[in-house]
Amino acid sequence: MVGYLVVLLLVLAAAAYWIGRTRAIASVNGDVARLHSLPGQHGMFLALFAAGPALLAIVLWSMVTPGIESSIIADRFSAELSGMGVPQVEAFIRDARAMAFGGLVGFADPTKEAAAAVYKSIHTTSAWIIWAVALLLSASGFYWAYSRIAQAYRARHVVERVLRAFLITCSAVAILTTIGIVLSLIFESLRFFQQVPLYKFLFGTHWSPQSAFTGAGAEAGAVNQDIFGMVPLFAGTLLITFIAMLVAAPIGLMAAIYLSDYASKSVRAVAKPVLEILAGIPTVVYGFFAALTVAPYFRSMGESLGLNVASESALAAGVVMGIMIIPFVSSLSDDVINAVPQSLRDGSAGLGATKSETIRKVILPAALPGIVSAMLLAVSRAIGETMIVVMAAGLAANLTANPLEAVTTVTVQIVTLLVGDQEFDSAKTLAAFALGLVLFCITLTLNIVALRVVQKYREQYD
Amino acid sequence: MNIMTEASVEQKLSSGTNEPSIKMKGEKVSVHYGEKRALFDVDLDVRENQVTALIGPSGCGKSTFLRCLNRMNDTIDIARVSGKITLDNEDVYDPKIDVVELRARVGMVFQKPNPFPKSIYENVAYGPRIHGLARSKAELDGIVESSLKKAGLFNEVKDRLLESGTGLSGGQQQRLCIARAIAVSPEVILMDEPCSALDPIATARVEELIDELRQNYTIVIVTHSMQQAARVSQRTAMFHLGYLVEEGATDKMFTNPDDKRTQDYITGRFG
Ligand SMILES: Nc1ncnc2c1ncn2[C@@H]1O[C@H](COP(=O)(O)OP(=O)(O)O)[C@@H](O)[C@H]1O
Ligand SMILES: [Mg+2]
Repeated sequence: MVGYLVVLLLVLAAAAYWIGRTRAIASVNGDVARLHSLPGQHGMFLALFAAGPALLAIVLWSMVTPGIESSIIADRFSAELSGMGVPQVEAFIRDARAMAFGGLVGFADPTKEAAAAVYKSIHTTSAWIIWAVALLLSASGFYWAYSRIAQAYRARHVVERVLRAFLITCSAVAILTTIGIVLSLIFESLRFFQQVPLYKFLFGTHWSPQSAFTGAGAEAGAVNQDIFGMVPLFAGTLLITFIAMLVAAPIGLMAAIYLSDYASKSVRAVAKPVLEILAGIPTVVYGFFAALTVAPYFRSMGESLGLNVASESALAAGVVMGIMIIPFVSSLSDDVINAVPQSLRDGSAGLGATKSETIRKVILPAALPGIVSAMLLAVSRAIGETMIVVMAAGLAANLTANPLEAVTTVTVQIVTLLVGDQEFDSAKTLAAFALGLVLFCITLTLNIVALRVVQKYREQYD
Repeated sequence: MNIMTEASVEQKLSSGTNEPSIKMKGEKVSVHYGEKRALFDVDLDVRENQVTALIGPSGCGKSTFLRCLNRMNDTIDIARVSGKITLDNEDVYDPKIDVVELRARVGMVFQKPNPFPKSIYENVAYGPRIHGLARSKAELDGIVESSLKKAGLFNEVKDRLLESGTGLSGGQQQRLCIARAIAVSPEVILMDEPCSALDPIATARVEELIDELRQNYTIVIVTHSMQQAARVSQRTAMFHLGYLVEEGATDKMFTNPDDKRTQDYITGRFG
């Protein structure tokens, strides 16, 4: 019902645009040059005021009504609900709501049906109210703006201000969402740290949250705090990231040097897009490439050398992850190497330096900060990567530095903690939030440092 | 402007003596950038221990010719050079010539000062290092110091040799670039509008320096300033649309040129 209202308002806005335009032109008897603002700007102005406030009201309404409606229901049925706990009350209201809007409900009972009827009537009333409010706002906005359109009216600036407000709102939504996610991470993590002390989490060396409870069945309750030590996960993450960077850093950097300073235009025209395709391969594909091709290959190679390579090894996951981030490293490094001014290359060549001398002694030192930050961004990418490690690195939380063994990483454990039937407030699932928070802090730090370095470096050549 | 009078006095003195020998010689030098031809059969001699100025309206091929002299055009993919250029009667485009060694003998200073983002010391030591000119740290220190002295920069920077070369003023940076070129003991120094990014005082300082350097080096300078050409050079070559219009002693070029185009250009009627 409210959907029709929105459509109606949009139609009104279109009409208002046309009316505003016409009126502006009429106000100067067709001599458009005399208008302060273009006719279209007057039209836009009228449309914004005819539909804008009403649409805003609808957005507000749709945000607050569910809460108000639920609290009214809870209030009316307080007698029936008095014996229930919070989750049950929530479920009751959810069901009543679903019934009112024609959804399917598992266990219907008379109380719920009564609640649904009330729900329905409240909702109908509130929809009528918003119709009335929206139309009133629309009419008065239209009237106000319409009476304003005149030769000297500065519609252009008004439109500009409204647009600015709109843009600010959009960026605010993006920022607020980020803040919201971070806050929820922090709060859920705090709940976890109430059950498991921070130091045991950060410094414990034993990780097996599948056996989270000391007892079983009815006695289950007390949390075994000693099985939430994240050190093995962290070590696994570092090991795999290290292997990945061993692969990606040199290859990516060399590729970037070749592309920026040696490759001819035609080679560059082909090689750059190909590298970018490599960056576009979904990580799942890399994942099964690692699990099905690379891991068995390493295993058989290890056997022929007399080494015992696990079928899921840190080596396989790390190498494939390294391949995945090569394009990342090379395209970032290519950018910074290209940003080194040509005049430095000329200066060096003019002194009789060869190309490789110029690159080693002038270009790379000059680009070093940028390259370092490219590497940091690549590391943060590798730390956050999930799919490849889920498929190729294994689940065993071994604390080992041996790349031939299976290890697990922070991201893999987050996945396994949250997959399956879980209650969302057990220590086990909350641990996922704590891990997420740690991961977030690490990558955030890396990114901030990297961006700082890049900024410093940019300033040097302005 | 007492530099001007000093320079012209010196010119008067030197022009009477017998002609210095020819250091570099260009014969029928032509350059194409892809399909476009930028130089047409230029014949031009560069004389030892003199400053040769290349003048002409912009886009006429001055830089292109200059870059032929130390084969910097090799770094441009689409550039093709034909004709013959010799340094002490050796063809510089001969396949047997090592371009790295050539550029050590024919150094270059660019339009915009381009010190490396390294310390002042490292900037000057760069050339000697890559060519292995110094056997010891002390010897390298000596080269750096004497180069900076010859470039007239030593007194200004002697207390901050380890600070970054990019932190100097524009004029100091350009003199650092000159010191950097001198450090590999070149025989010829090519300068492409070395003062166009500098203020008048820094320009005067660099012009003075060029005049001093003439004692030990052969210098070719591209300039868009007529006064500068008159002040610092002994010979001037006028380019127009890729052709060498006329070449001769600077005095004569500025007082009594043979070609109408030279006359028009020096008197500011075009360019
Ligand atoms: N790298 C290049 N690629 C293509 N054309 C060039 C290049 N450098 C110079 N040219 C062309 O060659 C001509 C001469 O240029 P240049 O020697 O730089 O002139 P000047 O230094 O006298 O101003 C110009 O028409 C210019 O457009
Ligand atoms: Mg030029």
